[in-house]
Amino acid sequence: MVCYDAGKIDVAVIGAGHAGIEAGLAAARLGCKTSVFTINLDAVGNCPCNPSIGGTAKGHLVREIDALGGEMGKAADACTLQSRMLNLGKGPAVHSLRAQIDRNLYSQTMKHTLETCENLELRQAEVVSLQQKDGGWLLTTRLGAQYTAGAVILCTGTFLGGKVFVGDVSYESGPDGMFPSAFLPDSLSALGISLRRFKTGTPARVRKSSLDFSRLEVQYGDEPTVPFSYDTEAPPENKTVCHISWTNDETKQVILENIHRSPLYSGMIEGIGPRYCPSIEDKIVRFPDKERHQLFIEPCGLNTEEMYLQGMSSSLPEDVQLAFYRTIPGLENAQIMRTAYAIEYDCCDPLQLDATLEFRDLPGLYGAGQFNGSSGYEEAAAQGLIAGINAARKLQGKSRFVLDRASSYIGTLIDDLITKGVSDPYRMMTSRSEYRLVLRQDNADERLTPLGREIGLISDSRWEKFQRKQGQKEQEMRRAQKTFFPPSDELNDILVSHETSPVATGVKLADLLRRPQITYQDLTEIDRERPDLPIAVLESVEIELKYEGYIRRQNADIEEMRRVEGKRLPEDIDYSKITGLRLEAMEKLQKVRPENVGQAGRISGVSPADISVLLIWLSAHGGKET
Amino acid sequence: MAGTDNKMNENSLKSRQERTIAAISTGFAPGGIGIVRISGKDARVIADRVFRGISGKKIADMKGYTAQLGGVFSLEEKKRKKLDDAVALVFAAPKSYTGEDVVELSCHGGLYVTKRLLREVLRAGASLAEPGEFTRRAFLNGKMDLTQAEAVMGLIGAQSEQSARTAEAGSSGLLSKKIEAIRDELTALTAHLAAWADFPEEDVPVLEQTELCRNLERMEEMLSALLAAFDTGKIFREGVDTVIAGRPNTGKSTLMNLLTGQERSIVTQYAGTTRDIVEDTVQLGGIPLRLADTAGLRSTDDPVEKIGVSAAEKRLKTAQLVLAVFDASQTLSEEDFAWISALDPARTVAVVNKTDLPQNLDTAALEQKLPHMVYLSALTGEGLDTLEKTVVDLLGAKEFDPGDGVLFTERQRDCAFQALSNLKAAKETLEGGLTLDAVTVCIEDALSALYSLTGEKISDEVIDRVFETFCVGK
Repeated sequence: MVCYDAGKIDVAVIGAGHAGIEAGLAAARLGCKTSVFTINLDAVGNCPCNPSIGGTAKGHLVREIDALGGEMGKAADACTLQSRMLNLGKGPAVHSLRAQIDRNLYSQTMKHTLETCENLELRQAEVVSLQQKDGGWLLTTRLGAQYTAGAVILCTGTFLGGKVFVGDVSYESGPDGMFPSAFLPDSLSALGISLRRFKTGTPARVRKSSLDFSRLEVQYGDEPTVPFSYDTEAPPENKTVCHISWTNDETKQVILENIHRSPLYSGMIEGIGPRYCPSIEDKIVRFPDKERHQLFIEPCGLNTEEMYLQGMSSSLPEDVQLAFYRTIPGLENAQIMRTAYAIEYDCCDPLQLDATLEFRDLPGLYGAGQFNGSSGYEEAAAQGLIAGINAARKLQGKSRFVLDRASSYIGTLIDDLITKGVSDPYRMMTSRSEYRLVLRQDNADERLTPLGREIGLISDSRWEKFQRKQGQKEQEMRRAQKTFFPPSDELNDILVSHETSPVATGVKLADLLRRPQITYQDLTEIDRERPDLPIAVLESVEIELKYEGYIRRQNADIEEMRRVEGKRLPEDIDYSKITGLRLEAMEKLQKVRPENVGQAGRISGVSPADISVLLIWLSAHGGKET
Repeated sequence: MAGTDNKMNENSLKSRQERTIAAISTGFAPGGIGIVRISGKDARVIADRVFRGISGKKIADMKGYTAQLGGVFSLEEKKRKKLDDAVALVFAAPKSYTGEDVVELSCHGGLYVTKRLLREVLRAGASLAEPGEFTRRAFLNGKMDLTQAEAVMGLIGAQSEQSARTAEAGSSGLLSKKIEAIRDELTALTAHLAAWADFPEEDVPVLEQTELCRNLERMEEMLSALLAAFDTGKIFREGVDTVIAGRPNTGKSTLMNLLTGQERSIVTQYAGTTRDIVEDTVQLGGIPLRLADTAGLRSTDDPVEKIGVSAAEKRLKTAQLVLAVFDASQTLSEEDFAWISALDPARTVAVVNKTDLPQNLDTAALEQKLPHMVYLSALTGEGLDTLEKTVVDLLGAKEFDPGDGVLFTERQRDCAFQALSNLKAAKETLEGGLTLDAVTVCIEDALSALYSLTGEKISDEVIDRVFETFCVGK
């Protein structure tokens, strides 16, 4: 093939899914000449699985991406079909926003954002090879265009070495019938990147008019809704509803009778699937005692009849799929529009990456999203943002931008990936954050917007808005501490009706709000001096008062964590020379090459005793060698 | 001695971990075989400097797990005096207790010769091991986990049969098993809460508040029991500071002799390194009592005796157990009542001695002040069993089964205590009506405290459990 010089760029982003979008936009917005390559221009920001953004812990990620100046939250707000805050009543740490979105509209919105972004070129092209050249990178496309780039961000998703499975049929393919990226894996292996096979799957899409809605339970959105983005002025409207149904004994029978025809059980699929996203056949085999499984029927958009069957992913043959879907109430006459499938793809071992998502041994090469062993649109976007920011900063000679575990879910996600590695596609969960009373979705802006501003991704108007909100919050906090209510029948009636004890002496507003049973709303009648404040401000003040003791405790933990995190490990430590380290620990440390003692302590296979050894060794040698 | 001095300098320049260390590993009990243990890279070289085998074979050339007979010699050049016959036993790294090269030199000349041999080994280039350093090295070299290491430390310090059994219980993992049982339940609980929070749309069963509360209470109880056992275990492990007090000639020394005589073979003479009073340790009902025979309690003008008396009074205040001795043939004087009133009846056993003589003591009046009272003839030993029973009862050790797995070190106790307070916080949070996210965080803190107790850390155990137990995921 004859190649031609297609020019020089700063940052090349391979892939225009959720990771590639944020990576490309961040790099371009920070002033880098950026090209985003995609195999198919109609797949920019595609949602090949569920038509929704957010959910538990994922909602936190979207808010954090937005707080740093990313795009996902804004686009989701613009395309919302139905919005719900999950886990209300379970505590502010686990409140999570989720929006059903119009899938096509989302893709179009994102595509247009990329198209209109200054410094950014969106290009349909398949990158087939990647080589190091003069301290930078040489990219070659399938059609022979050669770009030189200062940095490359791999956001290949399920395209990389993609292979689809339906029953005993399998073929090389990307998601949603796209071409796979079949050549790039060899090129990456040649660079010394160790690749592995992961798999994921998606349920069928069925035709709306073939469903019997009278047999389905309706699920409505919240009223009123709240947006993801701090930029979105008007809360999104609910435009549709979702529905719920259940599998039954018949479903189970059909699946079990045909289980031998599943590529998972016949051993055709070697890739490791996500534990939290099991196919329906997996669920039935692993939990045989469970009588029924829930499924959600979600619209894919306003201008389509396609309905997504959440909970029903499968790689059984098409005829079996049709048979078991039709056992479900409401789906008796379901017509499949897209068949459920499993997809296997190449990804890297994220232990090869550092906290900026750059390959430790391949300067200027970054990974983000499913390529790094994660799963989920939001996880991908979060990584894309961090990789994009860091690629740009590195080319501009600026310091690394690293978020630690105590700063965010994004920091937790990346630390988990690069420290513990992954054994199956990684999904964010609130349980993964040890600081979750501090890392709430309601205070993402407070935690991260100052950083986003410093980096240069927060506009002046957004910054002003943020500062105004912070000012209001501080003022309200002061008012709550100063406002004093004398004991009155009116007050005590409120207290008693909320099953909390009446007061005999005067009481501060702050102390009333500390009571678990009392909210701002309950006090509206007696709190007559209250200024007109956004709900978000009141919510923030109330949470911080109510959970003050717990937050203080977690802040103390954070301080301790950051102290250990401050003990840096020299880059060139030869762990095999440290006597006292157990073999497993030595090997793991050698592989992960942690940046500091805190990170070392989180590596699986490194025990606290190994850390003691490391600390002893550091005190003996560290001083000299660093 | 230029050569060996250089060796010593060389050793002192090395970091602590790199040095070759030595110590008497048989304790300081008189009699029997004495062993000097040498551990480290230069263990063989150093041993060769003080040991000469009958066969002429160098220790440096011996294989691991082999022994040879020979003699140990003084290093003084003029007269390479033979100190004793000895056996050299070689353990090659990493197959040794510490994981390093280890040489053990056993001689049988008693404490004096063993001490002498140690001095020569130190002159030959070894550093004196710090207390517990062999075990620390074993731990650092991955030969044992933290719980085992701590239990072995306890074993080394174990002074009686029963405390040796307590230490074994820890070493073989009984403690670990108890902790694991609690940990397992807490993990299940946390996983349930996690699944419920992270998968709100799956039908994860709701954890009822009453059930959660009951679970928390049960685990609190288990931990409290472990902590209580710790305090009792400590008595067996570390012994009880005991003072024999009484007016002159009430028979304190006879009682002392009776107790030490009974257990002569296990009496340990402390060198007074940590305590300023030379004392004996005896066993009574399986409990090591660290005995101090005090000066008689009486007012005195003699300045020397005054110092002794005031030391004794001070000792009375700090002792965990006081054996107050009274002469059954004497009446109680005002002076008696004065010092009796100063005693804590909860920590005192009144020993009415000389029951073989005619009785003049107002025992009723005494018993009113000191309810734990026993009759004894220190001379004949009659009544000793009653004393034993009374002491065991008083120390609350009656129900204690040392094989029951108890917490060992203060560090472990601290972890268990933290876990317990976090569980209590979880329960308070729950009962206070706050949301379950705050409750969960408290439970997780308890869980991680339990992991650090056994020297482990919590990682993805909860999340793994979520997926094992619950059918969640879209």
